Amino acid sequence: MSDTPALPEIPVEKARSPLAEAWEMFRRNHAAVAALVVLVLIVLGAIFGPPLYGTDPFDMVWAPFSPPGADGFLLGTDYLGRDLLALILSGARVSLLIGLAAAFVSVFIGVTVGALAGFYRGFVEEALMRVTEFFQVLPTLLFSMVIVALFGASLPMITFAIGVVSWTAVARITRGEFLRIRELEYVTASRASGASNLKLMFRVILPNALPPIIVQSALMVGGAILFEAGLSFLGLTDPNVVSWGQIIGSNRTYILESPFTVTIPGLAIFITVLAISLVGDGLNDALNPKLRQR
Amino acid sequence: MDQLKALSIRLIHAAILLLAVLVLNFSMMHMAPGDVADTISQSMGGADEAVLERIRADYGLDQPFLVQLGRYVGRVLQFDLGYSFFYNQSVTSLILDRLPATLLLVLSAQIVALLLGVVLGVISARRPNGILSHFVTFFALFGYSAPVFWTGILLLIAFSLKIPLFPVAGMQDVTVEGGFFAHALDIARHLVLPMLTLASIFLALYSRLARATMMEVLGSDYVRTAKAKGLRPRDVVYKHALKNALSPVITLAGLQFSAVVSGAVLVETVFSWPGLGTLAFQSIIARDTPTILGILFFSALVVIVGNILTDLALRLVDPRVGGRR
Repeated sequence: MSDTPALPEIPVEKARSPLAEAWEMFRRNHAAVAALVVLVLIVLGAIFGPPLYGTDPFDMVWAPFSPPGADGFLLGTDYLGRDLLALILSGARVSLLIGLAAAFVSVFIGVTVGALAGFYRGFVEEALMRVTEFFQVLPTLLFSMVIVALFGASLPMITFAIGVVSWTAVARITRGEFLRIRELEYVTASRASGASNLKLMFRVILPNALPPIIVQSALMVGGAILFEAGLSFLGLTDPNVVSWGQIIGSNRTYILESPFTVTIPGLAIFITVLAISLVGDGLNDALNPKLRQR
Repeated sequence: MDQLKALSIRLIHAAILLLAVLVLNFSMMHMAPGDVADTISQSMGGADEAVLERIRADYGLDQPFLVQLGRYVGRVLQFDLGYSFFYNQSVTSLILDRLPATLLLVLSAQIVALLLGVVLGVISARRPNGILSHFVTFFALFGYSAPVFWTGILLLIAFSLKIPLFPVAGMQDVTVEGGFFAHALDIARHLVLPMLTLASIFLALYSRLARATMMEVLGSDYVRTAKAKGLRPRDVVYKHALKNALSPVITLAGLQFSAVVSGAVLVETVFSWPGLGTLAFQSIIARDTPTILGILFFSALVVIVGNILTDLALRLVDPRVGGRR
């Protein structure tokens, strides 16, 4: 007859996925969130900008050196009378694409070298670290300039030339993480239960080594964009495509006539790289909470 | 004695590394289409196949790859980097001609970046929430993210075109007359903008690191002891704490030699500074193989020697370094 006494309310603690937790940490870094928004806008602009805007960046549409806003061109025209906005939008594609691809190449090389060195130790480690040291000694920009100049300035070659000289930092970080993690108990446990070396390396250790590697990779994209800008500023780029550095390089002799053709593309590079490094900062907060330094 | 042994091992490593650089560079040039004979025939205004064969035979280009490589390494060991047909000069003398300009630019930029970076870092570490501290953070972000050639052009527009304080390009004005001081002043005026541009990259790195390590050091026990025994705050910071905050900055500076070379190429190009960077750029565009090989070898040498010197400098600043190894 009597009502059963109401059960006490037990607050249910929802188990949250690591991803949600990381996002929570990331969101607390306001600069990183703002930078992420900017970055998304830049990527959208690169993807949809050229078809929506429509103007061919190679078309000479007006008199040269028209300042921004005048004559109906939002960013003005360059030394050949080409629409600067069309150039910037089209250049965004190349700069971002090469930045991502070159960072991918160098992360791939770096993780492979670092994982092998950290996992096998001994002779393998010694040899691979010598190779790493060798690539640290090479003057990176000069070496890439030579590769591009000698073997042709195609986009894949430029990507390769940037990636092949920038992987050493990733290799060092990966090796350090592998050296630390391979001694942990859960690795010993899966080794004892018969996991192969390959499985240990890529299924057991690598996932746990990823956080610092991801942060470094994010920064490498920014570095690769700067690198590509330097190469194309020097004219070592595919002449059939536009990139931000190349716009600056080809217009720089005319800064007296129109400084905008140099300042605006530079600003685009600056904002993009800045946004990437702020997002990298946020990723660091989110993925390596213990390593937070301030 | 241990120190001496460690140093000699490092020197042997360095020599092997240099040899590897030499072999890689030479192989790369060998794999690329075109050779020295093409460069020579270009400078003669073209040549037929028979003449090209003659040239190849004269310079040993018809020999097997390993023979050519062996000869090249042998010549480099005798400090002979070959002859540039583009500049009509031996590569060694070409590099030595351009070296002083680059050294002046690079060293002054590094000194300014180090001094200013440490000072800014220390001041902002003492007041982590002051205006200067925020300025340092902002400036570090700028230095990381701005392409160095763009920074250079911005400075050029601001301080050379809008406000004509400094010359636009080059290292010397041929019209300047007078003695040593007039010329030194002239070079200094030309140096300011390229030097600041190159320094901007490294200033960002150094000030941020100096700020971080200084804040860490200021929180340590011995600093508290020094404060407790009544030393003036200024003495605590500049006599006690600074010494320990310096060694990470020096380590970082020592790792920048490769970045310095890259930066110098871009900055020299922007300001038409007559140094090794412009030489490298011109020779790459002209595909002047001996000069390219020479500069690649020379820059690797600079980086390696630089790393060894950094190591020695660290041992001087921080006696613990020698003992640990």
